[in-house]
Amino acid sequence: MNHNIFGFHPGTSIIHRLTGTTKLVIFLALTIFGSLSFDLRYLILLSVVALVALYVAKIKWADVRTIVWLVTIFAVINLMLIYVFAPQYGVQLFGSKTVLFGSGHYALTFEQLYYEFIVFVKYLFAVPLALVFLLTTNPSEFAAGLNRIGISYRVAYAVALALRYIPDIQVSYQTISKVQQARGHDLSKKASLWKRLKGALGIMVPLMFASLNQIDAVSQAMDLRRFGKQKRRTWYYAQSFARIDWLALGFAVALIALEMYLLWQNGGRFWYPF
Amino acid sequence: MQKKKGLSTKAVVATGIGTAVFIILFKFLAIPTGIANTQINVAQAWLSLIASIFGPLVGGLVAFIGHALNDGISYGSIWWSWVIADGAFGVLIGFFARYLHVTSGTFTTKKIIGFNIAQIVSNIIAWLIIAPLGDIFIYSEPAAKVFTQGVVSASLNSISTAVLGTAIIAIYTRTQTKKDSLEYEA
Repeated sequence: MNHNIFGFHPGTSIIHRLTGTTKLVIFLALTIFGSLSFDLRYLILLSVVALVALYVAKIKWADVRTIVWLVTIFAVINLMLIYVFAPQYGVQLFGSKTVLFGSGHYALTFEQLYYEFIVFVKYLFAVPLALVFLLTTNPSEFAAGLNRIGISYRVAYAVALALRYIPDIQVSYQTISKVQQARGHDLSKKASLWKRLKGALGIMVPLMFASLNQIDAVSQAMDLRRFGKQKRRTWYYAQSFARIDWLALGFAVALIALEMYLLWQNGGRFWYPF
Repeated sequence: MQKKKGLSTKAVVATGIGTAVFIILFKFLAIPTGIANTQINVAQAWLSLIASIFGPLVGGLVAFIGHALNDGISYGSIWWSWVIADGAFGVLIGFFARYLHVTSGTFTTKKIIGFNIAQIVSNIIAWLIIAPLGDIFIYSEPAAKVFTQGVVSASLNSISTAVLGTAIIAIYTRTQTKKDSLEYEA
């Protein structure tokens, strides 16, 4: 198991130097508009932007290898499921039918391939974008950024607490798991489903009581320090915007404007030139 | 006590630590059922406990933040329709549990049945209505595929909550002081 499941890597690249707020806004805006768009040209442009960002941030292959393989498997399964359940979905979407080979319900059509390629390109931009965001953003800056974009500071603080406690809970989870295994709980594939359910319960119950106690202790400590008494709070990790932040935001706005234009130009989310 | 605006400190901390536990369980403790690519999600049982104790708002936030962060960490992309569906499940189960007084007093057979009907209804609303509709509207996925996925996750999550959720709520309520444990003596 990896020790740091977030994998934030400090660095000095341009992307590292952007504030957490900027990165959060750009990440959310581009993922939302990327999900909306089914315009292949736009999605390829976004993929290029995301891959360039990945390169500029100097992220090493070794750091993202596992996640890339996982996502690839996930994407392939998803694409196959789409074909299994709706082999003529592309035909239905684009209103034409060009059979490449085969016949009947599972005939392979150009429209289906085109649709599945779009779905694939969506992974191609979303994954590098998320990796850049996760690997270059300090978790504390992320929480401060959430508050900055208008989310209540209590919710932003809850996110900060979650990020702060994930490593701790991971350690107690592993300790409890090992203790239970030493006591004979079998969680491996060899055990029956029922035994594994009981094993899971054996981990959950101690984890539950430990966490509920921790919730009590931490919330009392925060109450004693007058958390939540004011309408606003300041953040240790709050950052002020520099010129590169405005430039990056301007670039993102341009990309969004382009998508708006394409939505209007295409008269919908899809672009199908054939 | 003075009524405060927004989340209480306890709700904030419960959301934070609850989310952390949710993510760890989601990532490390999933029991394969023997059917390919389907697993019993232990995290959903934890979610139903947290929502029952701290209410719908905390339940919804834990599910929403937890699912979104977990997607980001594990798959590199956030599947928003399922994140929203999970958030809705947290809110629903929190409402039902509050209405049924799940975590106060004894967890009687009547409450166990009530809780399980509530969780099955919440699972059906979340995974068979909200998630597939989100997949269709946001991601333009074929209906046949997303509804099949919905049926699978609704039933697996219901089973997981029925077995593990009921068990941990029962264990939790046993450690709590009963509501009418004190008697008035004249």
